[in-house]
Amino acid sequence: MKAKIHVTLKQGILDPQGKAIEHALESLGFKNAANVRVGKYMEVELNENDKAKAEADVKQMCEKLLANTIVEDYRYELQG
Amino acid sequence: MNIGVVVFPGSNCDHDCEHVFKDVLGQDVTMVWHKETSLKGLDGVILPGGFSYGDYLRTGAIARFSPVMGAVQKFAADGGLVLGICNGFQILLEAGLLPGAMLPNQSLHFICKDIYLKVENAATPFTGFCRPGQVLKIPIAHADGNYYTDPVTLAGLQANAQIVFRYCDDDGNTVPAANPNGSLDNIAGIRNAQGNVLGLMPHPERCAEPALGNEDGRLILASMVDAMRKAASHAHAGLAR
Repeated sequence: MKAKIHVTLKQGILDPQGKAIEHALESLGFKNAANVRVGKYMEVELNENDKAKAEADVKQMCEKLLANTIVEDYRYELQG
Repeated sequence: MNIGVVVFPGSNCDHDCEHVFKDVLGQDVTMVWHKETSLKGLDGVILPGGFSYGDYLRTGAIARFSPVMGAVQKFAADGGLVLGICNGFQILLEAGLLPGAMLPNQSLHFICKDIYLKVENAATPFTGFCRPGQVLKIPIAHADGNYYTDPVTLAGLQANAQIVFRYCDDDGNTVPAANPNGSLDNIAGIRNAQGNVLGLMPHPERCAEPALGNEDGRLILASMVDAMRKAASHAHAGLAR
């Protein structure tokens, strides 16, 4: 089973990297681009056949290490 | 006093701390490898600056699971003095020993320069030799010093005098222009509610002797030694009774 995990800054927290990219897109002529947010993408292979167990584990991984929930949100999908 | 300096893979200010406590302040220093699980016999613990685990994932995020951090948690819970400098502060935040989190500097740049700090609380074990409101000149060197916490926690920090250092100008005005990294409320250093754990982004160990042309950092480190000495003599008096 494979977990695909996205970690992003919480809404409302300034993302200077996203802002810089947004301005670059704007200067490229993409006037419709707004609210660019930069995050992290991680893949984790799980030796686990029980989907519920895998999901519980991934949630724990995110809470304990992969995201700092004071400033970041996470979401994940499980495949396989 | 015997001061433990924790060494993580990627720490790079550990020997600066060792030098100041040993050669400038005349104390014993024990270098503590991060695989250690005991801090027995130490009077205080330093989590030094650097780039533990290459700052992978987030600053301090992996170091906080090093075996020694269990012992640091216990040491702090028992009232021992713990000082986290720069990366050490980031580790204390990730470990939950101090509230809040670090974000990248608003400029996205690594900033290495002298800044001014206002001593907001001079009644801590780390600021005993400072005057209230005293302005210190101490260098910063970090890319992630943009302190953040939620409004409720911030109000608690303010109400309990847990904000120990704030960025200011050379006159002591804590104005936005004096804030190098976008840190909330110009916060440069905070302590825990019990008062025995302090984290700060600036590097006092880099300006603690005359040869370097600036001794302001010495005030913080010497205050800590003095507080350890007092705690040790109290413990002695307690045993004698």
